[in-house]
Amino acid sequence: MTEAVPFLRVSHLTAHYGETQALHDISLDVHEGEIVCLLGRNGAGKTTTLRAVMGMLQKRGGLIEVNGQSTEGMPPEAVAKLGLAYCPEERGIFASLTTEENLMLPPVLRPGGLSVEEIYTLFPNLKARRTSPGTKLSGGEQQMLAIGRILRTGAKLLLLDESTEGLAPVIIEKIGQTIRMLRERGFTVLMVEQNFRFASQLADRFYVIEEGMVADQFSREDIAPNRERIEALLGL
Amino acid sequence: MDSIFGVPSAAFVGQLIVGLINGAFYALMSLGLSIIFGLLRVVNFAHGAQYTLGAFVAWALLEYLGLSYWWALILAPAIVAVFGVLMERVFLRHLYHVDHVYALLLTFGVALLVEGLLRLQFGVSGLPYANPLAGGLDLNFTFIPWYRLWVIGVALAVCLGSWYFIERTKLGSYLRAANENPNLVRSFGINVPRMLMLTYGLAVGLAGFAGVMAAPIYQVSPLMGSNLIIVVFAVVVIGGMGSIMGSIITGFGLGVIEGLTKLFYPEGSSVVIFVVMILTLALRPHGLFGRNE
Repeated sequence: MTEAVPFLRVSHLTAHYGETQALHDISLDVHEGEIVCLLGRNGAGKTTTLRAVMGMLQKRGGLIEVNGQSTEGMPPEAVAKLGLAYCPEERGIFASLTTEENLMLPPVLRPGGLSVEEIYTLFPNLKARRTSPGTKLSGGEQQMLAIGRILRTGAKLLLLDESTEGLAPVIIEKIGQTIRMLRERGFTVLMVEQNFRFASQLADRFYVIEEGMVADQFSREDIAPNRERIEALLGL
Repeated sequence: MDSIFGVPSAAFVGQLIVGLINGAFYALMSLGLSIIFGLLRVVNFAHGAQYTLGAFVAWALLEYLGLSYWWALILAPAIVAVFGVLMERVFLRHLYHVDHVYALLLTFGVALLVEGLLRLQFGVSGLPYANPLAGGLDLNFTFIPWYRLWVIGVALAVCLGSWYFIERTKLGSYLRAANENPNLVRSFGINVPRMLMLTYGLAVGLAGFAGVMAAPIYQVSPLMGSNLIIVVFAVVVIGGMGSIMGSIITGFGLGVIEGLTKLFYPEGSSVVIFVVMILTLALRPHGLFGRNE
């Protein structure tokens, strides 16, 4: 069976922050329509991997290919035009913009994104608070805003960094529903999650990142028969 | 109505106008500086030289091409803006990733270079530039030249227009967002480096525009910018770097305070702004309208 070109292929990625080497050897694939999850402890290199994929790192080595095209030398704005969007861990809601301005900020780069009405239907709270300054929203609302605003752009591969961190169970449930809905609509997701219970219900495949390298990988089917080993691996 | 606050009405209104005129220039110049600092995190020491350049380009357009003030009002800022775009593209862009003091030093160097070359060519005595709007408003107790009213009006319009552009439009929201997190804005597909270049050019063009408007009032001299820029920096400190409305209100307000001080306490008029600056730094270091950054 010929393997289709993956949406994202990372091969032997290395990265430095100044003199410190953050990534030693990261290789992973994300196929269209998949939800792939990066697991691992704090500081393992998960966020750094996402930022490297998005073109936000100055010094990186190895190969990153989007639909077979190398992103070598591409600045973030060029990577975005390939159909990627990034939702950072700190959410990045702009304080000097209103909720609606935050939502409308990312330009529509290609067709296939959600319309504003669809996003407001998905997240009614955002519509109610649209004239409030972005940072006056609660943590959960800010997370929904951060996710919502990249859904408009037409990006097909969403990089979600810790989208459930510090949020109430009700909101986490909502975000899970949203990601499931996005998969049904043909989106591809590469997510970083510390919350394994949340991720194990959503993601198709998992990579365990440890000290800047891929320590292990498994798929959702592998979880049940290997529960103990996996939980030990993740330090749970 | 012979006197206001114990001062002859003519003198009061006269100094009020002078204060508003100076305030107009303070506002226009501090607006540009605020925009540049907010977005590029660069203290643009070349701002005064770029203002001077605007005046000289206006003079040159008249002297060598016979183009009137009204042409110069459009062309001179455009030319100065192009100069600014080149400065950003060739020099400033390469300094963003190092300590911001290097960009400051670069702009300072450009200021010295521009003013030095102009001084070499034209001397320090200054060149005349004719008033394009003769005559004025004849009130019973005083006479207000039309050109002065024009300057105040246009400056106010440009300041408020800039505020509206930055605070209320989509393009302005890009600028405000890039102020906070330029990398994230880039990840949305927005060409932030190009935006920085054009914004610097625009703000520099604003300085050039102020220079053209200043030409008929003050002399066109290589020193006109450096005289002004020290006061403008004090205005920016008082208003708060990065606040658009703060620059406008503080600029006009301090101009009026300075103008009226001359009436009531002439010895203090040249230092009153710096006194206010010291008080502001002591009591509200971020400036009257500044945000905590």
